[in-house]
Amino acid sequence: MAAVSITPAPRLTTLMLQRKTLAIGLAVILAIALFALLAPLIAPYAPNKLSIVNRLKPPSGTYFFGTDEFGRDIFSRTIYAGRLSLTVGAAATVFACVIGITLGLAAGFFRRADAVIARIIDAMMAFPDILLAIALVAALGPSLTTVIVALGIVYAPRLARIVRASTLVIRELPYVEAARALGVPTWRIMTRHVLRNLVSPILVQATFIFAYAMLAEASLSFLGVGVSPEIPTWGTMIASGRQYVGQADWMTIFPGVAIILSVLSLQLVGDGLRDLLDPRLRKDL
Amino acid sequence: MAAVLSAPSPLTATLPEDVVLRAEDLHTHFIVGERAAKSVDGVTLTVRRGETLAVVGESGSGKSVTSLSIMRLLAHPGRIVAGKILYRMRDGTVVDLATLPEKRMRAIRGKEIAMIFQEPMTSLNPLYTVGDQIMEMIRLHEPLSRHEARRRARQMLELVEIPAAEKRLDQYPHEMSGGMRQRVMIALALSCNPALLIADEPTTALDVTIQAQILDLMRRLQRDIGMSILFITHNLGVVAEIAHEVAVMYAGRVVEQAPVEALFARPRHPYTKGLLACIPNPERDRAADGARLMLNPIPGNVPSVLNLPPGCTYAPRCPLVEPHCEGEAPGLVPAGPGHLSRCFRHELL
Amino acid sequence: MTRYILQRLLGMLAVMFTVVTIVFIIVRIAPGDPAAVMLGPDATPADIAALRARLGLDQPLVVQYLFFLGQLIKGDLGQSIFLDMPVTRALAERAEPTFFLTLFSILIASAIALPVGILSAYKRGTLFDQAVTTFAMFAASIPSFWLGLVLIQVFAVRLGWFPVAGYGGPDASFLTRLSHLVLPAVALGVVSSALITRFTRASMLDVLNDDYVRTARSKGMGEFRVVMRHAFKNALIPVLTVIGLTAALLVSGAVVTETVFSLPGVGNLVVSAVLRRDYPVIQGALLVIAAIYVLINFGIDMLYILIDPRVRY
Repeated sequence: MAAVSITPAPRLTTLMLQRKTLAIGLAVILAIALFALLAPLIAPYAPNKLSIVNRLKPPSGTYFFGTDEFGRDIFSRTIYAGRLSLTVGAAATVFACVIGITLGLAAGFFRRADAVIARIIDAMMAFPDILLAIALVAALGPSLTTVIVALGIVYAPRLARIVRASTLVIRELPYVEAARALGVPTWRIMTRHVLRNLVSPILVQATFIFAYAMLAEASLSFLGVGVSPEIPTWGTMIASGRQYVGQADWMTIFPGVAIILSVLSLQLVGDGLRDLLDPRLRKDL
Repeated sequence: MAAVLSAPSPLTATLPEDVVLRAEDLHTHFIVGERAAKSVDGVTLTVRRGETLAVVGESGSGKSVTSLSIMRLLAHPGRIVAGKILYRMRDGTVVDLATLPEKRMRAIRGKEIAMIFQEPMTSLNPLYTVGDQIMEMIRLHEPLSRHEARRRARQMLELVEIPAAEKRLDQYPHEMSGGMRQRVMIALALSCNPALLIADEPTTALDVTIQAQILDLMRRLQRDIGMSILFITHNLGVVAEIAHEVAVMYAGRVVEQAPVEALFARPRHPYTKGLLACIPNPERDRAADGARLMLNPIPGNVPSVLNLPPGCTYAPRCPLVEPHCEGEAPGLVPAGPGHLSRCFRHELL
Repeated sequence: MTRYILQRLLGMLAVMFTVVTIVFIIVRIAPGDPAAVMLGPDATPADIAALRARLGLDQPLVVQYLFFLGQLIKGDLGQSIFLDMPVTRALAERAEPTFFLTLFSILIASAIALPVGILSAYKRGTLFDQAVTTFAMFAASIPSFWLGLVLIQVFAVRLGWFPVAGYGGPDASFLTRLSHLVLPAVALGVVSSALITRFTRASMLDVLNDDYVRTARSKGMGEFRVVMRHAFKNALIPVLTVIGLTAALLVSGAVVTETVFSLPGVGNLVVSAVLRRDYPVIQGALLVIAAIYVLINFGIDMLYILIDPRVRY
C-alpha cells in the first residue's frame, strides 16, 4: 500500500516538465519568485530612493519602467513589491490550508461536528471573497498580518469542502473501517489514510488559492483597506498610479502586468497539476 | 480515395430494383495523428426492399460504425475514406451517401432513413416531451401545422401500441419505462414513413420480456408498412427471430453472409460457428455431453483495429487455422446458394 | 415540485441565518472598543459610555445577538455613525449604480462567454478552441481594477469616448448615467466572462456526445438547431449555476470597480465605511450583499424548474 502510493520524486518532476503549460507556468512563477528573492541584487535602485528631478519619467534605458510621482524607479519597486505580494499570497494559502484541512477532516470524521461545520462552510461561501476579506480586515484592524489571516479565512472553506467530501468517502472504505475496528486512533487514520489520498486535490486547490489570494491582496491594497499604502505591493503601486492615469500610465501598467503574469502562471500550474494528478485521484477514490 | 459522386442516372442502373441499400467496399477509419483505426475495413452489404438484414458481431467488430457511416453520423475523428453507400430514394433515383453533400444528407436522415439506438434511456432529450420530440421530426420534413403534426404523433404512438397515447404525448422521457421509451423511439423513427430503418441494438438494454415485445412490434410494423430494416445486434437469438438475411462481422469485415435459415443450418465460417456455440442450448449441450450444460466461449479476443494481423483476422483464434491463413487474407467467396464466406477452409464446415 | 421548492427555501433560510450570525461575530471580533474607535482619540469616557449604551454594547453578547436578530426581522439595520441616516437608507440611495453595474456586467459576460464557450466546445481541439482556453485563463488573471484603469486610459482619457469617472451628478439623465456605466461594466464583464466561458465549454463538451444529441442529428436537423435546442439547453443548468456564482464575484468586483470609477454605489459605501470604521454600515452592507447572493442562487434553483422537467417532481 505505502510503496504504491508514493510517487518517486524524480518521476513526478519529469512528468510535470513534459506538460508544456505546466512547465511554462512553473518557469514563470519561479522566475518571478527569484526576482523577488534577489531583489537587492537585481534592482538598479533602492525602492524608496527619492529623486524629485526625475519624477514621472517615462520608461527609458535608465528607468526601465519609468518613475513615479516621487521619482522612484518603478522597475525596482515592482521587483521589491513582488516580495510582499508573493509572501502574502503564500502565507494566506498556508493559513487557508491549515484551517481548511482541519475543519474538513473534523467535519468528515465527526458526525456531530459536521452539521455545524458544513453549515458554516456554506455560509462563508455566500460572501463574495473580497467583501469578506474587507470586512475581516476592518474588524481585525488593517496590517500585513491581518490581510494574511483574513485571506486565509476567506479561502479556507474551499479546501474544507473538498477535504470534507473526500473524507466522507474515504472513511467508509473497507480498509479504513477495518483500521477503526482494530482500534487505530482516529487521528492516525486521518493522517495516514485520508490525508495521503488528499495530497493531490489539496495541492491543486492550494495553487489556485495562491493565485486568488494574490489577486485579492492586490484588490485590498488598491482600495487602501489592506496593507499600508506606504509599503510597496503591486496593489498599492497601482493605487498610487491611479491619480496619474493618462499622464503616467506606466505607473499602473507594469505592476498590473506583474500581477497578471503571477496569477496566470499559478493558474497554469494549477491546471496542469490537475490534469496530471486527477486520473490518479479518481483511481484512488 | 472515395468514389466521386456521379450523376444519379448512371448510379441508378448499378443497383438492382429490389435493393434499397448497398454498401460497397466501405472503409471507415478513425484517424488519430499518424494512426488510423480501421473500424470498417472493406464492408459490402445489401439490404433488400421489405426485408431485414441483421448485422451480427461482437463489440468492436465495426457493426455500429457501419450503421453510423450509412447515416453519416460518425463522431470525430471517424471518416469514410473509401467505398460507396448506394441508396435508392423513394422516387427511384440512386444516390451515393458516402459523398452526398451534408445538406442533402439532412433531407435523407429521418425522412428516407431513420435510426433507433441502443440506449432508450438516454436517446431521448430529457428536457422535451415525447410529443414535442416526435412533432419536431415530422415538421422538419413535412409542411404540417402543429395541430396536424400532433395528430400524426398520436397516431404513431398508437401504432407502436402505447396506451393512452394522447396523454403520453405530454409526458417527459423520465416518466416512462425503458421499454416504453424504446417504443417512443420507434414511433419517432417511423413518423416520416422512412424506407429504411436502421436499428442499432434496439433491444440490448431491455429486459428479456420487453425485448420480445419490441421484436414482435418491429416484425409486425415491417409487415404492415413494408419498410426495410438494417438490424445491428450481437445477439444471434434475436437474429433468428427477426432477420431474413444475416451478415456476420469480425474486425471490420463481413466474414459470412447468408439467408438466416442457411446460416443457422450450416455456418460456413469458423467464427459464426463459434458464435452459435456460445448460445446456451440445453438440448444440444446435454446430448453432446451427458447431462452437463455448458457454454463454449471462443478463446482469445477481437484483434485491435489499430493493429490487424496481416492474413485472416480470425486466424489467431481459429480452430481450423493453417499456416496459409496467416499469410494471406481470404476473400469473400460463394459457399452455397446465396451464401458467402471469408474462409479458405469453409468446405470443411 | 412543492417539495423541491420547500427544500430550497429551507436551505436558503438556513444559510441566511448562518450568514447573519457570522456577520454578527465578525463585527464583534474587532479588537478594542468600537465605540472608542468610532469617536476617535478626542472622545471623553462619558461620550464613549453614551455611544456604547446607544449601540447596546454594554449588554451581554447573547442579549446583543437577540436584539440584533429582532431588529433584523423588523428590517432595521441600525444607524450609520457618519452619514447621519439609517443604514437601510444609505444602502437604498446607492443601490442603483451597483444594481445596473452588476446587471450589465452579467449581460456582457454572458454575451461573450456563452457563444464563445459553445463554439469552443463544438470545435474542440482546434486552434480556435485553444485560443479561447488561453484567453479565458488570461482574463481570469486580470485584476478588474487594473483593467478598469487601462480602459480609462484608452477610452476615456485618450479617445474621450466615455466619461472618466463618476455617475454624472444627481440630475444626470438616464443616458448619461448609462454612459458612465459602460467602462466599468466592460471591465467587470470581461474579467468574469472567463469563468463562465470555461464552464460553458466544459458543460457543452459533456452533452455534445450525449445520445439524444445523436438522435437529434438522426432526425435530419441542421447543426445549429442540434447544438442550441438539444445540446445547449441541457448544458444550461450547470452554466446557470456558474452565472449565479459569478454574480457573487461581480458584487465583490463591483466594490473595487466602483472605487476605480468613483461610482456612488454600495461598494463605494462599504469601502468608505471600512476606512471610517462605520460598523453599522459595514454590517448592513455585508448582510444585504450576502442576502442578494443567496437570493440570486435561490432564483436560479427556481429557474431549473422551468428548464428541467425532472426537477418538477
